[in-house]
Amino acid sequence: MSRTNRMTGADAVLRSLEAEGVEVMFGIPGGAILPTYDAIAKGTTVRHVLARHEQGAGHMAEGYARASGRVGVALATSGPGATNLVTPIADAWMDSTPLVCVTGQVRSTLIGTDAFQECDITGITMPIVKHSWLVQDVKEIPAVLKAAFHVARTGRCGPVLVDVPRDVQETELEFSYPDEVDLPGWRPPSRVHPLQLREAARVIALAEKPVLYVGGGTLNGDACDELRELAEAGRLPVITTLMGKGAFPESHELHFGWPGMHGPKWSNLAMNTCDVLVAIGSRFDDRVTGKLSAFAPGATVVHLDIDPAEIGKLREADVPVVGPLKTALAELAKEVAKHRADGIPAPEAWLHRIAEWRQEFPLRYARGDMLKPQTVIERLQALMAGEDVVVTTGVGQHQMWAMQYVVSERPRTFITSGGLGTMGYGIPAAIGAKAARPEATVVCVDGDGCFQMTQQELATAVLEDLPIVVVLINNGYLGMVQQWQDMFFDERRSHVHLTHQVPDYAQLAQAYGAVGLTVESETELDGALEEALASGRTTVVDCRVDQSEQCFPMIPAGAAALDMVEFGDSVEAM
Amino acid sequence: MKHTISVQVEDKPGALARISTMFARRGFNIDSLAVGPTERPGVSCITLRVDCEQHSLEQIEKQIHKLVNVLRVTELPAGEAVERELLLLKVAAPPDKRAELIASAAAFGGRAVDLGPDSVVFELTGTPEELDSFQELARPHGIQELIRTGRIGMSRPSTTRRVSRRLSAIN
Repeated sequence: MSRTNRMTGADAVLRSLEAEGVEVMFGIPGGAILPTYDAIAKGTTVRHVLARHEQGAGHMAEGYARASGRVGVALATSGPGATNLVTPIADAWMDSTPLVCVTGQVRSTLIGTDAFQECDITGITMPIVKHSWLVQDVKEIPAVLKAAFHVARTGRCGPVLVDVPRDVQETELEFSYPDEVDLPGWRPPSRVHPLQLREAARVIALAEKPVLYVGGGTLNGDACDELRELAEAGRLPVITTLMGKGAFPESHELHFGWPGMHGPKWSNLAMNTCDVLVAIGSRFDDRVTGKLSAFAPGATVVHLDIDPAEIGKLREADVPVVGPLKTALAELAKEVAKHRADGIPAPEAWLHRIAEWRQEFPLRYARGDMLKPQTVIERLQALMAGEDVVVTTGVGQHQMWAMQYVVSERPRTFITSGGLGTMGYGIPAAIGAKAARPEATVVCVDGDGCFQMTQQELATAVLEDLPIVVVLINNGYLGMVQQWQDMFFDERRSHVHLTHQVPDYAQLAQAYGAVGLTVESETELDGALEEALASGRTTVVDCRVDQSEQCFPMIPAGAAALDMVEFGDSVEAM
Repeated sequence: MKHTISVQVEDKPGALARISTMFARRGFNIDSLAVGPTERPGVSCITLRVDCEQHSLEQIEKQIHKLVNVLRVTELPAGEAVERELLLLKVAAPPDKRAELIASAAAFGGRAVDLGPDSVVFELTGTPEELDSFQELARPHGIQELIRTGRIGMSRPSTTRRVSRRLSAIN
């Protein structure tokens, strides 16, 4: 076995990605990453999807990661290529999406000289990555990439960045991919403290009004089956956050909606009047809690998370449980089942109470002559039901309506930008999800404002044979901003009007080689959606909806969760 | 309340920047910071002095601990650690005041390291409190320049309590 493995740094990058089992990477070439793209041209098993903007490439890698549960990979050149990745990196940081970004850097000898397309991308991204590496010696490449993938996907998932100077890509090394990572400082929690678990199980089993407050960590921790075991063992109501949507089947009798700013009243009533709040891979985000000091007053908090720094960050945990959620929830389910078997009763009265609230305070909107955005999503849901569909969204009103009206039954089928709230996330994330799940139909519920931020990726969807369906909730406005201006700024609309007509989205879709359909009334809706879902081609359904529709219920920013405004309420009090 | 945190880090590019960036980003203030090598090759020690509530201290420790290059985070509780700092001070010293200043410095265990026609440079090592006292003593004479290194610290082997409290929430 004296087979020599001599190759360039660029080749080593690819051989490392292959060794990690990477199926697909998303990127755009440029000067400083040319050697790596040359190595791609010479052959690799990793599929490369050419994006039209590095932000698109980054969100595609995120969509891929969220749909597949694997690490997403994005490639870009130095300078502007790298800075265009900053938004997806920040997004992945906020939503704990495992992402490896590989960027080209100017030659080592030019670093620090303000060379053409030089920028300190490791410096720029420092506050928004788990870790980053500027590779200074070609021999480091295999170990650095091994470490990069390991850090991205272990502990709390998140983005990492590997910056490779051009000359390092060109220099030769003897390649061998390490079996082990050498990171003495990286020891994410691997076990769960048994005493803490037992205490948590006791508190949960004895609760009269428990709520499981389930976040995206449950999906990242691959703990959805275990969550279901726990909920069913204890007969515990489950409320999933925007990031946790899909972690628990939403048609299940124990699922009770979504918390926070635009969550239904029944969910927020349950969250805020419970006696034991079990936070599972969730982080007490301000969009969930509203005014923190008034959130779930009096509740005993059990907080389970892989990240010790989340425990007690915003809300003191009475019973902290740090560790992998898969193990923690499985153990918890067993313990809670034992308590139930020992005769501690399930909280049936409480379940009944929340179900009553759901009857009493349903999601409401007024049907009228004009097409309502909620109707579009309700009909879309009706047509998608039972099918293998992944839904992505942009950010804004349409995202909140999607949360309310899309019924997510399986993990990793609802993909959205939660923490950073990145407009334009939907289309590229859908393309990435399609790359991960080619057998599924991928639908992006988008807004017209979001669409115009990343629409160029329709070219990627068409040319890379990654067909997606964009259901455009076109209200001609930056809708959520308009809603805030109307509600909290005396209806002074400031620079929020985009118009229904410009661009003509159907024609624009056609210009990209996609199918473009326009829907202006409810009668046209089902036909267009059916056509889009069945076509197998990238399709944009431009649904021109009522411009004045607002998203309810709503907890005004900074207000207590129970002071929520419902549809039909006067907002004078604001 | 002030706390001293001792952080052992791998001596890798950007290790210090990652810690200071984390402080800036999360809105924590650093009173003083000292970095240097340790007994282990490739491992540096960063001693941070921070002014914060107990709750924030816990957050700081946890957030530092998450950084990939960080090997260990310990708080050095007051009284259970040896803490020292170095001060260099240039003070106006006309000939008639010189003897008095040198005597005061000597009382603190300091010494004059350079003499000019109108000023003296003193070096003094001690607890930060001793340095404060000497500084106040020199102030009326006219301090021309003053630099302090920021404190460094080490747990006392003589204290019976376990000084270096490892972060309990971490496995």
